[in-house]
Amino acid sequence: MHRRKSRRSINHLNRKNLSRKKLGAFLSFMAPSLLGVTVFVLLPFGDVVKRSFTTAVTGQFTGMANYGTIFQNQAFLIAVRNTLKFTLVCIPLLVLIGFCIAWPLSKLKEAGLIKSVYLFPLAMPTATIVMVWKMVFYKQGFLNLFLSRLGELTGMWGEIHTDYLGTEAAFWVLVGSYIWKNTGYTVVLWLAGIIGIPTGQLEAARVDGAGGFQRLWYIVLPNLKGSLYTIVILSFLNSFKIYREAYLVAGAYPHKSIYLLQHLFNNWFVNLEFDKMAAAAVCTGGFLLVVILLLQRVWDKE
Amino acid sequence: MKEKASVSLKKAVTVFSLILPGIFVVLPVLLLVTGSVMDHYELKGYLTSVFMDGTEFIGWKLIPDYPSFENYGKLLFMTPQFFVLFWNSVKMVLCILAGQLLVGVPAAWAFAVYKVRAGKFLFAFYVVLMLLPFQVTMLSSYLVLNRLSLLNTQRAVILPAVFSTFPVFLTYGGFRSIPEQLFEAARVDGAREWYIFFRMGLPLGKSGILSAVVLGFLEYWNMMEQPMAFIDDKALWPLSLYLPEIVWGQAGYAFCASVITLIPAAFVFVMGQDYLEQGIVYSGLKE
Repeated sequence: MHRRKSRRSINHLNRKNLSRKKLGAFLSFMAPSLLGVTVFVLLPFGDVVKRSFTTAVTGQFTGMANYGTIFQNQAFLIAVRNTLKFTLVCIPLLVLIGFCIAWPLSKLKEAGLIKSVYLFPLAMPTATIVMVWKMVFYKQGFLNLFLSRLGELTGMWGEIHTDYLGTEAAFWVLVGSYIWKNTGYTVVLWLAGIIGIPTGQLEAARVDGAGGFQRLWYIVLPNLKGSLYTIVILSFLNSFKIYREAYLVAGAYPHKSIYLLQHLFNNWFVNLEFDKMAAAAVCTGGFLLVVILLLQRVWDKE
Repeated sequence: MKEKASVSLKKAVTVFSLILPGIFVVLPVLLLVTGSVMDHYELKGYLTSVFMDGTEFIGWKLIPDYPSFENYGKLLFMTPQFFVLFWNSVKMVLCILAGQLLVGVPAAWAFAVYKVRAGKFLFAFYVVLMLLPFQVTMLSSYLVLNRLSLLNTQRAVILPAVFSTFPVFLTYGGFRSIPEQLFEAARVDGAREWYIFFRMGLPLGKSGILSAVVLGFLEYWNMMEQPMAFIDDKALWPLSLYLPEIVWGQAGYAFCASVITLIPAAFVFVMGQDYLEQGIVYSGLKE
Protein backbone atom coordinates (compact mmCIF):
# COMPACT_ATOMS: atom_id res chain seq x y z
CA MET A 1 0.00 0.00 0.00
CA HIS A 2 1.26 3.43 -0.86
CA ARG A 3 1.20 6.21 1.52
CA ARG A 4 -1.53 8.68 0.82
CA LYS A 5 0.78 11.64 1.11
CA SER A 6 3.11 10.39 -1.62
CA ARG A 7 4.77 13.45 -3.07
CA ARG A 8 6.29 14.03 -6.43
CA SER A 9 9.45 12.34 -5.25
CA ILE A 10 7.99 8.86 -5.59
CA ASN A 11 8.58 8.26 -9.22
CA HIS A 12 7.76 5.35 -11.41
CA LEU A 13 10.99 3.48 -10.70
CA ASN A 14 10.56 3.75 -6.99
CA ARG A 15 7.07 2.37 -7.15
CA LYS A 16 8.19 -0.61 -9.19
CA ASN A 17 10.87 -1.23 -6.62
CA LEU A 18 8.29 -1.15 -3.87
CA SER A 19 6.01 -3.72 -5.47
CA ARG A 20 8.95 -6.00 -6.13
CA LYS A 21 9.88 -5.74 -2.48
CA LYS A 22 6.32 -6.60 -1.57
CA LEU A 23 6.37 -9.67 -3.77
CA GLY A 24 9.65 -10.73 -2.20
CA ALA A 25 8.23 -10.47 1.30
CA PHE A 26 5.07 -12.28 0.25
CA LEU A 27 7.03 -15.16 -1.20
CA SER A 28 9.39 -15.52 1.73
CA PHE A 29 6.49 -15.74 4.20
CA MET A 30 4.58 -18.11 1.92
CA ALA A 31 7.50 -20.37 1.03
CA PRO A 32 7.18 -23.14 3.65
CA SER A 33 3.44 -23.48 3.22
CA LEU A 34 3.60 -23.31 -0.55
CA LEU A 35 6.34 -25.90 -0.69
CA GLY A 36 4.41 -28.28 1.57
CA VAL A 37 1.16 -27.86 -0.31
CA THR A 38 2.94 -28.48 -3.60
CA VAL A 39 4.67 -31.63 -2.35
CA PHE A 40 1.80 -33.07 -0.35
CA VAL A 41 -1.24 -32.03 -2.34
CA LEU A 42 -0.61 -30.50 -5.73
CA LEU A 43 1.91 -32.90 -7.27
CA PRO A 44 0.27 -36.08 -5.94
CA PHE A 45 -3.13 -34.89 -7.09
CA GLY A 46 -1.66 -34.44 -10.54
CA ASP A 47 -0.54 -38.03 -10.29
CA VAL A 48 -4.07 -39.06 -9.31
CA VAL A 49 -5.49 -37.30 -12.36
CA LYS A 50 -2.99 -39.18 -14.51
CA ARG A 51 -3.85 -42.47 -12.85
CA SER A 52 -7.53 -41.94 -13.46
CA PHE A 53 -6.77 -42.51 -17.14
CA THR A 54 -4.64 -45.63 -16.68
CA THR A 55 -5.09 -49.17 -15.38
CA ALA A 56 -4.34 -49.89 -11.74
CA VAL A 57 -1.66 -52.54 -12.10
CA THR A 58 0.12 -52.08 -15.41
CA GLY A 59 -0.39 -48.35 -15.73
CA GLN A 60 -1.49 -48.57 -19.35
CA PHE A 61 -3.43 -45.69 -20.80
CA THR A 62 -7.11 -46.57 -20.99
CA GLY A 63 -8.72 -43.25 -21.77
CA MET A 64 -12.05 -42.75 -20.06
CA ALA A 65 -12.49 -46.44 -19.20
CA ASN A 66 -12.18 -45.92 -15.43
CA TYR A 67 -14.79 -43.22 -15.50
CA GLY A 68 -17.07 -45.53 -17.45
CA THR A 69 -16.52 -48.26 -14.89
CA ILE A 70 -17.39 -46.21 -11.85
CA PHE A 71 -20.56 -44.82 -13.39
CA GLN A 72 -21.74 -48.37 -13.99
CA ASN A 73 -20.63 -49.52 -10.57
CA GLN A 74 -23.67 -50.26 -8.41
CA ALA A 75 -21.88 -49.40 -5.16
CA PHE A 76 -20.73 -46.06 -6.54
CA LEU A 77 -24.21 -45.10 -7.64
CA ILE A 78 -25.74 -46.04 -4.30
CA ALA A 79 -23.02 -44.17 -2.43
CA VAL A 80 -23.45 -41.04 -4.54
CA ARG A 81 -27.19 -41.14 -4.07
CA ASN A 82 -26.94 -41.59 -0.31
CA THR A 83 -24.33 -38.87 0.07
CA LEU A 84 -26.38 -36.41 -1.97
CA LYS A 85 -29.54 -37.33 -0.09
CA PHE A 86 -27.74 -36.88 3.20
CA THR A 87 -26.46 -33.41 2.32
CA LEU A 88 -29.76 -32.32 0.81
CA VAL A 89 -31.64 -33.36 3.95
CA CYS A 90 -29.12 -32.18 6.50
CA ILE A 91 -27.99 -28.80 5.30
CA PRO A 92 -31.39 -27.09 5.00
CA LEU A 93 -32.41 -28.66 8.31
CA LEU A 94 -29.26 -27.50 10.06
CA VAL A 95 -29.45 -24.00 8.61
CA LEU A 96 -33.05 -23.67 9.73
CA ILE A 97 -32.59 -25.11 13.22
CA GLY A 98 -29.49 -22.98 13.70
CA PHE A 99 -31.41 -19.85 12.82
CA CYS A 100 -34.38 -20.73 15.00
CA ILE A 101 -31.99 -20.95 17.95
CA ALA A 102 -29.74 -18.03 17.05
CA TRP A 103 -32.51 -15.49 16.50
CA PRO A 104 -34.08 -15.60 19.97
CA LEU A 105 -30.63 -16.11 21.46
CA SER A 106 -29.37 -12.88 19.93
CA LYS A 107 -31.84 -10.92 22.05
CA LEU A 108 -30.90 -12.58 25.32
CA LYS A 109 -28.31 -11.38 27.76
CA GLU A 110 -27.73 -14.89 29.13
CA ALA A 111 -26.67 -16.17 25.71
CA GLY A 112 -23.23 -17.29 26.87
CA LEU A 113 -24.19 -20.39 28.80
CA ILE A 114 -26.78 -21.54 26.30
CA LYS A 115 -24.26 -21.16 23.51
CA SER A 116 -21.77 -23.31 25.43
CA VAL A 117 -24.35 -26.04 25.77
CA TYR A 118 -24.94 -26.14 22.03
CA LEU A 119 -21.24 -25.94 21.22
CA PHE A 120 -20.11 -28.72 23.50
CA PRO A 121 -20.90 -31.63 21.17
CA LEU A 122 -18.33 -30.17 18.80
CA ALA A 123 -15.68 -30.88 21.40
CA MET A 124 -16.79 -34.43 22.14
CA PRO A 125 -14.60 -36.97 20.36
CA THR A 126 -16.68 -39.21 18.13
CA ALA A 127 -15.22 -42.36 19.65
CA THR A 128 -16.51 -41.43 23.09
CA ILE A 129 -19.99 -40.76 21.90
CA VAL A 130 -20.38 -43.93 19.88
CA MET A 131 -20.83 -45.89 23.06
CA VAL A 132 -23.81 -43.72 23.95
CA TRP A 133 -25.25 -43.95 20.46
CA LYS A 134 -25.23 -47.72 20.66
CA MET A 135 -26.98 -47.68 24.02
CA VAL A 136 -29.64 -45.37 22.63
CA PHE A 137 -30.27 -46.92 19.22
CA TYR A 138 -29.83 -50.64 19.74
CA LYS A 139 -32.94 -52.78 19.59
CA GLN A 140 -33.27 -52.84 23.37
CA GLY A 141 -31.87 -49.36 23.82
CA PHE A 142 -33.08 -46.19 25.45
CA LEU A 143 -35.03 -44.85 22.50
CA ASN A 144 -37.18 -47.96 22.23
CA LEU A 145 -37.55 -48.06 25.98
CA PHE A 146 -38.75 -44.48 25.97
CA LEU A 147 -41.13 -45.01 23.05
CA SER A 148 -42.55 -48.20 24.58
CA ARG A 149 -43.19 -46.52 27.89
CA LEU A 150 -44.83 -43.64 26.08
CA GLY A 151 -47.05 -46.11 24.24
CA GLU A 152 -47.91 -47.87 27.48
CA LEU A 153 -48.78 -44.59 29.12
CA THR A 154 -51.03 -43.32 26.36
CA GLY A 155 -52.31 -46.74 25.39
CA MET A 156 -51.69 -45.93 21.73
CA TRP A 157 -49.13 -48.60 20.89
CA GLY A 158 -47.31 -51.54 22.41
CA GLU A 159 -43.64 -52.27 22.84
CA ILE A 160 -41.36 -51.13 20.09
CA HIS A 161 -38.35 -53.12 18.99
CA THR A 162 -37.03 -51.29 15.96
CA ASP A 163 -33.40 -51.92 15.19
CA TYR A 164 -32.40 -48.38 14.26
CA LEU A 165 -28.91 -49.18 13.06
CA GLY A 166 -29.68 -52.15 10.85
CA THR A 167 -32.62 -50.76 8.88
CA GLU A 168 -33.59 -47.73 6.83
CA ALA A 169 -33.82 -45.80 10.07
CA ALA A 170 -30.02 -45.74 10.21
CA PHE A 171 -30.09 -42.82 7.78
CA TRP A 172 -32.09 -40.75 10.24
CA VAL A 173 -29.80 -41.71 13.09
CA LEU A 174 -26.96 -40.23 11.08
CA VAL A 175 -28.98 -37.12 10.30
CA GLY A 176 -29.72 -36.72 13.98
CA SER A 177 -26.13 -37.06 15.08
CA TYR A 178 -24.99 -34.63 12.41
CA ILE A 179 -27.49 -32.03 13.63
CA TRP A 180 -26.54 -32.78 17.23
CA LYS A 181 -22.89 -32.18 16.51
CA ASN A 182 -23.10 -29.13 14.26
CA THR A 183 -25.92 -27.01 15.64
CA GLY A 184 -23.56 -25.02 17.86
CA TYR A 185 -21.25 -24.19 14.97
CA THR A 186 -24.16 -22.90 12.92
CA VAL A 187 -25.64 -20.93 15.80
CA VAL A 188 -22.34 -19.09 16.32
CA LEU A 189 -22.11 -18.24 12.63
CA TRP A 190 -25.70 -16.98 12.54
CA LEU A 191 -25.12 -14.92 15.68
CA ALA A 192 -22.07 -13.30 14.13
CA GLY A 193 -24.19 -12.39 11.12
CA ILE A 194 -27.07 -11.06 13.22
CA ILE A 195 -24.75 -8.87 15.27
CA GLY A 196 -23.43 -7.40 12.02
CA ILE A 197 -26.83 -6.05 10.99
CA PRO A 198 -26.85 -2.26 11.21
CA THR A 199 -29.09 -1.38 14.17
CA GLY A 200 -30.07 1.88 12.52
CA GLN A 201 -32.06 0.06 9.86
CA LEU A 202 -33.92 -1.97 12.45
CA GLU A 203 -34.70 1.11 14.52
CA ALA A 204 -35.93 3.01 11.50
CA ALA A 205 -38.24 0.15 10.58
CA ARG A 206 -39.56 -0.01 14.11
CA VAL A 207 -40.28 3.71 14.07
CA ASP A 208 -42.09 3.27 10.76
CA GLY A 209 -44.30 0.74 12.46
CA ALA A 210 -42.96 -2.51 11.02
CA GLY A 211 -43.90 -5.52 13.16
CA GLY A 212 -41.49 -8.15 14.42
CA PHE A 213 -42.13 -10.50 11.54
CA GLN A 214 -41.87 -7.75 8.94
CA ARG A 215 -38.55 -6.61 10.35
CA LEU A 216 -37.30 -10.19 10.23
CA TRP A 217 -38.40 -10.71 6.65
CA TYR A 218 -37.46 -7.37 5.08
CA ILE A 219 -34.39 -6.33 7.04
CA VAL A 220 -32.80 -9.19 8.95
CA LEU A 221 -32.95 -11.93 6.34
CA PRO A 222 -31.69 -9.87 3.38
CA ASN A 223 -28.78 -8.74 5.54
CA LEU A 224 -27.84 -12.33 6.31
CA LYS A 225 -27.26 -13.58 2.78
CA GLY A 226 -23.50 -13.50 3.24
CA SER A 227 -23.78 -15.59 6.39
CA LEU A 228 -26.01 -18.06 4.60
CA TYR A 229 -23.34 -18.66 1.98
CA THR A 230 -20.64 -19.40 4.54
CA ILE A 231 -22.94 -21.54 6.66
CA VAL A 232 -23.94 -23.66 3.70
CA ILE A 233 -20.32 -24.11 2.63
CA LEU A 234 -19.07 -24.98 6.10
CA SER A 235 -21.98 -27.31 6.83
CA PHE A 236 -21.20 -29.03 3.58
CA LEU A 237 -17.58 -29.42 4.60
CA ASN A 238 -18.54 -30.79 7.99
CA SER A 239 -21.08 -33.18 6.51
CA PHE A 240 -18.25 -35.36 5.20
CA LYS A 241 -17.07 -35.99 8.72
CA ILE A 242 -20.24 -37.92 9.54
CA TYR A 243 -18.34 -40.90 8.19
CA ARG A 244 -16.70 -41.25 11.58
CA GLU A 245 -20.00 -41.87 13.31
CA ALA A 246 -21.26 -44.10 10.52
CA TYR A 247 -18.11 -46.18 10.54
CA LEU A 248 -17.89 -46.54 14.29
CA VAL A 249 -21.52 -47.43 14.75
CA ALA A 250 -21.99 -49.71 11.76
CA GLY A 251 -18.55 -50.69 10.43
CA ALA A 252 -17.14 -50.72 6.89
CA TYR A 253 -20.25 -52.31 5.34
CA PRO A 254 -23.26 -50.71 7.03
CA HIS A 255 -26.91 -50.89 6.05
CA LYS A 256 -27.46 -49.90 2.43
CA SER A 257 -29.21 -46.68 3.41
CA ILE A 258 -26.07 -45.21 4.99
CA TYR A 259 -23.47 -46.54 2.60
CA LEU A 260 -21.76 -43.23 1.80
CA LEU A 261 -19.09 -42.22 -0.68
CA GLN A 262 -16.65 -42.18 2.21
CA HIS A 263 -17.27 -45.89 2.86
CA LEU A 264 -16.72 -46.64 -0.77
CA PHE A 265 -13.45 -44.73 -0.96
CA ASN A 266 -12.26 -46.52 2.13
CA ASN A 267 -13.18 -49.94 0.81
CA TRP A 268 -11.57 -49.25 -2.55
CA PHE A 269 -8.49 -48.12 -0.71
CA VAL A 270 -8.34 -51.28 1.38
CA ASN A 271 -8.75 -53.41 -1.76
CA LEU A 272 -6.12 -51.36 -3.64
CA GLU A 273 -8.53 -50.47 -6.43
CA PHE A 274 -6.66 -47.28 -7.19
CA ASP A 275 -7.92 -46.85 -10.73
CA LYS A 276 -11.53 -46.49 -9.63
CA MET A 277 -10.48 -44.43 -6.66
CA ALA A 278 -8.58 -41.99 -8.83
CA ALA A 279 -11.48 -41.53 -11.21
CA ALA A 280 -13.92 -41.09 -8.32
CA ALA A 281 -11.61 -38.63 -6.55
CA VAL A 282 -11.35 -36.52 -9.70
CA CYS A 283 -15.13 -36.57 -10.16
CA THR A 284 -15.90 -35.74 -6.55
CA GLY A 285 -13.27 -33.02 -6.38
CA GLY A 286 -14.48 -31.52 -9.64
CA PHE A 287 -18.09 -31.64 -8.51
CA LEU A 288 -17.30 -29.92 -5.22
CA LEU A 289 -15.30 -27.24 -7.03
CA VAL A 290 -18.21 -26.51 -9.35
CA VAL A 291 -20.68 -26.34 -6.44
CA ILE A 292 -18.45 -23.97 -4.48
CA LEU A 293 -17.85 -21.68 -7.46
CA LEU A 294 -21.53 -21.66 -8.38
CA LEU A 295 -22.60 -20.78 -4.85
CA GLN A 296 -20.03 -18.02 -4.75
CA ARG A 297 -21.25 -16.68 -8.09
CA VAL A 298 -24.85 -16.63 -7.01
CA TRP A 299 -24.10 -14.85 -3.77
CA ASP A 300 -21.68 -12.36 -5.27
CA LYS A 301 -24.36 -11.26 -7.69
CA GLU A 302 -26.73 -10.32 -4.91
CA MET B 1 -46.80 -3.29 35.36
CA LYS B 2 -48.79 -6.06 33.77
CA GLU B 3 -46.95 -5.58 30.53
CA LYS B 4 -43.64 -5.93 32.29
CA ALA B 5 -44.71 -9.21 33.82
CA SER B 6 -45.75 -10.58 30.46
CA VAL B 7 -42.43 -9.53 28.96
CA SER B 8 -40.47 -11.34 31.64
CA LEU B 9 -42.73 -14.38 31.30
CA LYS B 10 -42.06 -14.41 27.59
CA LYS B 11 -38.37 -14.20 28.29
CA ALA B 12 -38.52 -17.08 30.75
CA VAL B 13 -40.29 -19.20 28.15
CA THR B 14 -37.63 -18.35 25.59
CA VAL B 15 -34.79 -19.23 27.95
CA PHE B 16 -36.48 -22.44 28.93
CA SER B 17 -37.18 -23.57 25.40
CA LEU B 18 -33.61 -22.76 24.41
CA ILE B 19 -32.15 -24.71 27.29
CA LEU B 20 -34.43 -27.71 26.86
CA PRO B 21 -32.54 -29.27 23.92
CA GLY B 22 -29.48 -28.97 26.12
CA ILE B 23 -30.64 -32.21 27.74
CA PHE B 24 -29.46 -34.02 24.65
CA VAL B 25 -26.03 -32.62 25.28
CA VAL B 26 -25.86 -33.22 29.00
CA LEU B 27 -27.39 -36.70 29.05
CA PRO B 28 -24.72 -38.48 26.98
CA VAL B 29 -22.00 -37.07 29.22
CA LEU B 30 -23.94 -38.14 32.28
CA LEU B 31 -24.34 -41.66 30.89
CA LEU B 32 -20.62 -41.94 30.25
CA VAL B 33 -19.62 -40.66 33.65
CA THR B 34 -22.04 -42.86 35.61
CA GLY B 35 -21.12 -45.88 33.52
CA SER B 36 -17.47 -45.32 34.27
CA VAL B 37 -17.93 -45.44 38.04
CA MET B 38 -20.17 -48.48 38.08
CA ASP B 39 -19.21 -51.79 39.50
CA HIS B 40 -18.47 -54.37 36.81
CA TYR B 41 -21.41 -56.65 37.75
CA GLU B 42 -23.94 -53.87 37.94
CA LEU B 43 -22.92 -52.62 34.51
CA LYS B 44 -23.16 -56.10 33.08
CA GLY B 45 -26.64 -56.45 34.50
CA TYR B 46 -27.82 -53.32 32.73
CA LEU B 47 -26.18 -53.94 29.41
CA THR B 48 -26.43 -57.68 28.87
CA SER B 49 -29.85 -57.73 27.29
CA VAL B 50 -28.86 -54.97 24.87
CA PHE B 51 -25.72 -56.48 23.53
CA MET B 52 -26.64 -60.14 23.82
CA ASP B 53 -29.87 -59.58 21.89
CA GLY B 54 -32.13 -60.25 24.83
CA THR B 55 -35.74 -59.17 25.11
CA GLU B 56 -35.40 -56.97 28.18
CA PHE B 57 -34.93 -53.26 27.73
CA ILE B 58 -31.81 -51.51 28.82
CA GLY B 59 -31.83 -50.30 32.41
CA TRP B 60 -29.81 -47.57 34.02
CA LYS B 61 -29.27 -45.71 37.22
CA LEU B 62 -27.85 -42.25 37.33
CA ILE B 63 -26.54 -42.98 40.79
CA PRO B 64 -24.98 -46.44 40.71
CA ASP B 65 -25.92 -48.94 43.44
CA TYR B 66 -22.32 -50.04 43.74
CA PRO B 67 -20.14 -47.12 42.82
CA SER B 68 -16.52 -48.10 42.33
CA PHE B 69 -13.40 -46.88 40.66
CA GLU B 70 -12.19 -50.38 39.91
CA ASN B 71 -12.40 -49.86 36.16
CA TYR B 72 -10.39 -46.67 36.30
CA GLY B 73 -7.85 -48.45 38.44
CA LYS B 74 -7.53 -51.34 36.03
CA LEU B 75 -7.37 -49.11 33.00
CA LEU B 76 -4.81 -46.73 34.41
CA PHE B 77 -2.57 -49.13 36.26
CA MET B 78 -2.93 -52.47 34.53
CA THR B 79 -3.36 -51.58 30.88
CA PRO B 80 -0.06 -50.20 29.60
CA GLN B 81 -1.47 -50.24 26.09
CA PHE B 82 -3.87 -47.49 27.05
CA PHE B 83 -1.04 -45.22 28.12
CA VAL B 84 0.87 -45.82 24.92
CA LEU B 85 -2.13 -44.82 22.85
CA PHE B 86 -2.92 -41.84 25.04
CA TRP B 87 0.60 -40.50 24.55
CA ASN B 88 0.43 -41.30 20.85
CA SER B 89 -2.57 -39.02 20.64
CA VAL B 90 -0.93 -36.28 22.65
CA LYS B 91 2.27 -36.48 20.64
CA MET B 92 0.57 -36.42 17.27
CA VAL B 93 -1.74 -33.56 18.15
CA LEU B 94 1.08 -31.44 19.57
CA CYS B 95 3.34 -32.09 16.57
CA ILE B 96 0.56 -31.23 14.16
CA LEU B 97 -0.35 -28.02 15.96
CA ALA B 98 3.28 -26.91 16.28
CA GLY B 99 3.88 -27.61 12.61
CA GLN B 100 0.72 -25.82 11.57
CA LEU B 101 1.78 -22.74 13.50
CA LEU B 102 5.28 -22.73 12.00
CA VAL B 103 4.02 -23.12 8.46
CA GLY B 104 0.54 -21.65 8.50
CA VAL B 105 0.95 -18.45 10.49
CA PRO B 106 3.57 -16.89 8.17
CA ALA B 107 1.46 -17.91 5.19
CA ALA B 108 -1.62 -16.28 6.67
CA TRP B 109 0.46 -13.18 7.33
CA ALA B 110 1.58 -13.09 3.72
CA PHE B 111 -2.01 -13.29 2.47
CA ALA B 112 -3.28 -10.69 4.90
CA VAL B 113 -0.57 -8.05 4.57
CA TYR B 114 1.06 -8.23 1.14
CA LYS B 115 -1.63 -7.88 -1.42
CA VAL B 116 0.14 -9.04 -4.53
CA ARG B 117 -1.89 -10.03 -7.55
CA ALA B 118 -0.86 -13.70 -7.44
CA GLY B 119 -1.93 -13.79 -3.79
CA LYS B 120 -5.59 -13.50 -4.61
CA PHE B 121 -5.66 -16.55 -6.86
CA LEU B 122 -3.49 -18.50 -4.48
CA PHE B 123 -5.83 -17.68 -1.65
CA ALA B 124 -8.85 -18.89 -3.58
CA PHE B 125 -6.93 -22.07 -4.25
CA TYR B 126 -6.17 -22.49 -0.55
CA VAL B 127 -9.84 -22.09 0.29
CA VAL B 128 -10.78 -24.83 -2.15
CA LEU B 129 -8.13 -27.12 -0.64
CA MET B 130 -9.53 -26.42 2.80
CA LEU B 131 -12.96 -27.50 1.64
CA LEU B 132 -11.92 -30.79 0.04
CA PRO B 133 -12.84 -33.75 2.25
CA PHE B 134 -10.20 -36.26 3.25
CA GLN B 135 -11.54 -38.94 0.93
CA VAL B 136 -10.82 -36.89 -2.17
CA THR B 137 -7.18 -36.36 -1.25
CA MET B 138 -6.73 -39.78 0.34
CA LEU B 139 -5.20 -41.45 -2.69
CA SER B 140 -2.89 -38.56 -3.45
CA SER B 141 -1.70 -38.48 0.16
CA TYR B 142 -1.11 -42.21 0.02
CA LEU B 143 0.94 -41.90 -3.15
CA VAL B 144 3.22 -39.22 -1.78
CA LEU B 145 3.59 -40.90 1.63
CA ASN B 146 4.46 -44.13 -0.11
CA ARG B 147 7.10 -42.43 -2.24
CA LEU B 148 8.65 -40.77 0.82
CA SER B 149 8.39 -44.16 2.62
CA LEU B 150 6.52 -42.62 5.52
CA LEU B 151 3.63 -45.09 5.53
CA ASN B 152 2.98 -46.84 8.81
CA THR B 153 4.77 -44.14 10.79
CA GLN B 154 3.17 -41.35 12.76
CA ARG B 155 4.71 -38.86 10.39
CA ALA B 156 2.31 -40.14 7.74
CA VAL B 157 -0.48 -38.55 9.74
CA ILE B 158 1.44 -35.53 11.01
CA LEU B 159 3.02 -34.17 7.83
CA PRO B 160 -0.04 -33.84 5.60
CA ALA B 161 -1.93 -32.26 8.49
CA VAL B 162 0.84 -29.70 9.02
CA PHE B 163 0.23 -28.37 5.53
CA SER B 164 -3.52 -28.21 5.89
CA THR B 165 -4.83 -24.86 4.70
CA PHE B 166 -7.59 -24.54 7.30
CA PRO B 167 -5.39 -22.93 10.01
CA VAL B 168 -4.06 -20.53 7.38
CA PHE B 169 -7.60 -19.38 6.74
CA LEU B 170 -8.42 -18.95 10.44
CA THR B 171 -5.21 -17.10 11.25
CA TYR B 172 -5.76 -14.91 8.22
CA GLY B 173 -9.03 -13.78 9.76
CA GLY B 174 -7.16 -12.63 12.87
CA PHE B 175 -4.51 -10.72 10.92
CA ARG B 176 -7.11 -9.03 8.76
CA SER B 177 -8.71 -7.46 11.81
CA ILE B 178 -5.56 -5.40 12.52
CA PRO B 179 -5.71 -1.90 11.01
CA GLU B 180 -3.15 -1.64 8.22
CA GLN B 181 -2.08 1.87 9.12
CA LEU B 182 -0.16 0.40 12.04
CA PHE B 183 2.18 -1.49 9.74
CA GLU B 184 2.54 1.50 7.45
CA ALA B 185 3.59 3.63 10.36
CA ALA B 186 6.15 1.04 11.43
CA ARG B 187 7.54 0.87 7.89
CA VAL B 188 7.92 4.61 7.76
CA ASP B 189 9.90 4.36 10.96
CA GLY B 190 12.20 1.96 9.18
CA ALA B 191 11.04 -1.35 10.65
CA ARG B 192 11.90 -4.47 8.66
CA GLU B 193 9.18 -6.88 7.55
CA TRP B 194 10.26 -9.68 9.90
CA TYR B 195 10.34 -7.26 12.77
CA ILE B 196 6.80 -6.13 11.98
CA PHE B 197 5.64 -9.74 11.79
CA PHE B 198 7.13 -10.78 15.13
CA ARG B 199 6.61 -7.61 17.10
CA MET B 200 3.25 -6.46 15.80
CA GLY B 201 1.63 -9.23 13.78
CA LEU B 202 1.98 -12.05 16.28
CA PRO B 203 0.77 -10.18 19.39
CA LEU B 204 -2.07 -8.40 17.60
CA GLY B 205 -3.16 -11.45 15.61
CA LYS B 206 -3.19 -13.62 18.70
CA SER B 207 -6.91 -14.32 18.62
CA GLY B 208 -6.71 -15.78 15.13
CA ILE B 209 -3.73 -17.94 16.01
CA LEU B 210 -5.30 -19.24 19.19
CA SER B 211 -8.58 -20.02 17.48
CA ALA B 212 -6.65 -22.08 14.94
CA VAL B 213 -5.04 -23.93 17.86
CA VAL B 214 -8.32 -24.61 19.64
CA LEU B 215 -10.20 -25.75 16.54
CA GLY B 216 -7.15 -27.76 15.48
CA PHE B 217 -6.90 -29.51 18.81
CA LEU B 218 -10.54 -30.56 18.78
CA GLU B 219 -10.23 -31.75 15.20
CA TYR B 220 -7.04 -33.79 15.58
CA TRP B 221 -7.87 -35.21 18.99
CA ASN B 222 -10.83 -36.71 17.19
CA MET B 223 -8.86 -37.77 14.11
CA MET B 224 -9.79 -41.16 12.69
CA GLU B 225 -9.71 -41.39 8.91
CA GLN B 226 -6.03 -40.55 8.50
CA PRO B 227 -4.48 -42.96 11.02
CA MET B 228 -6.90 -45.67 9.93
CA ALA B 229 -5.71 -45.37 6.35
CA PHE B 230 -2.00 -44.74 6.83
CA ILE B 231 -0.97 -46.53 10.03
CA ASP B 232 -1.24 -50.32 10.22
CA ASP B 233 0.69 -50.83 13.42
CA LYS B 234 -1.81 -50.62 16.25
CA ALA B 235 0.88 -49.59 18.72
CA LEU B 236 1.17 -46.31 16.80
CA TRP B 237 -2.55 -45.56 16.78
CA PRO B 238 -4.16 -42.62 18.53
CA LEU B 239 -6.66 -43.12 21.31
CA SER B 240 -9.61 -42.28 19.07
CA LEU B 241 -9.13 -45.53 17.17
CA TYR B 242 -8.62 -47.64 20.28
CA LEU B 243 -12.01 -46.99 21.85
CA PRO B 244 -14.09 -48.75 19.20
CA GLU B 245 -11.80 -51.79 19.53
CA ILE B 246 -12.94 -52.47 23.08
CA VAL B 247 -15.42 -55.33 23.06
CA TRP B 248 -18.67 -55.21 24.94
CA GLY B 249 -17.51 -57.71 27.52
CA GLN B 250 -15.26 -54.94 28.75
CA ALA B 251 -17.85 -52.21 28.73
CA GLY B 252 -16.48 -50.87 32.01
CA TYR B 253 -13.17 -50.15 30.33
CA ALA B 254 -14.92 -48.53 27.41
CA PHE B 255 -16.73 -46.10 29.68
CA CYS B 256 -13.57 -45.15 31.56
CA ALA B 257 -11.55 -44.80 28.37
CA SER B 258 -14.31 -42.62 26.90
CA VAL B 259 -14.30 -40.34 29.90
CA ILE B 260 -10.51 -40.05 29.89
CA THR B 261 -10.53 -39.27 26.17
CA LEU B 262 -13.16 -36.65 26.74
CA ILE B 263 -11.27 -34.85 29.51
CA PRO B 264 -8.56 -33.11 27.43
CA ALA B 265 -11.12 -32.08 24.82
CA ALA B 266 -13.48 -30.75 27.48
CA PHE B 267 -10.60 -28.91 29.11
CA VAL B 268 -9.61 -27.20 25.87
CA PHE B 269 -13.25 -26.41 25.22
CA VAL B 270 -13.74 -24.74 28.59
CA MET B 271 -10.47 -22.83 28.47
CA GLY B 272 -10.73 -21.79 24.85
CA GLN B 273 -14.40 -21.33 24.22
CA ASP B 274 -13.99 -17.68 23.29
CA TYR B 275 -11.33 -18.58 20.76
CA LEU B 276 -13.43 -21.44 19.50
CA GLU B 277 -16.27 -19.05 18.78
CA GLN B 278 -13.88 -16.52 17.32
CA GLY B 279 -12.43 -19.25 15.12
CA ILE B 280 -15.85 -20.27 13.88
CA VAL B 281 -16.55 -16.67 12.99
CA TYR B 282 -13.20 -16.40 11.18
CA SER B 283 -13.91 -19.62 9.33
CA GLY B 284 -17.01 -17.95 7.97
CA LEU B 285 -15.25 -14.83 6.76
CA LYS B 286 -15.83 -14.15 3.13
CA GLU B 287 -12.87 -12.79 1.25
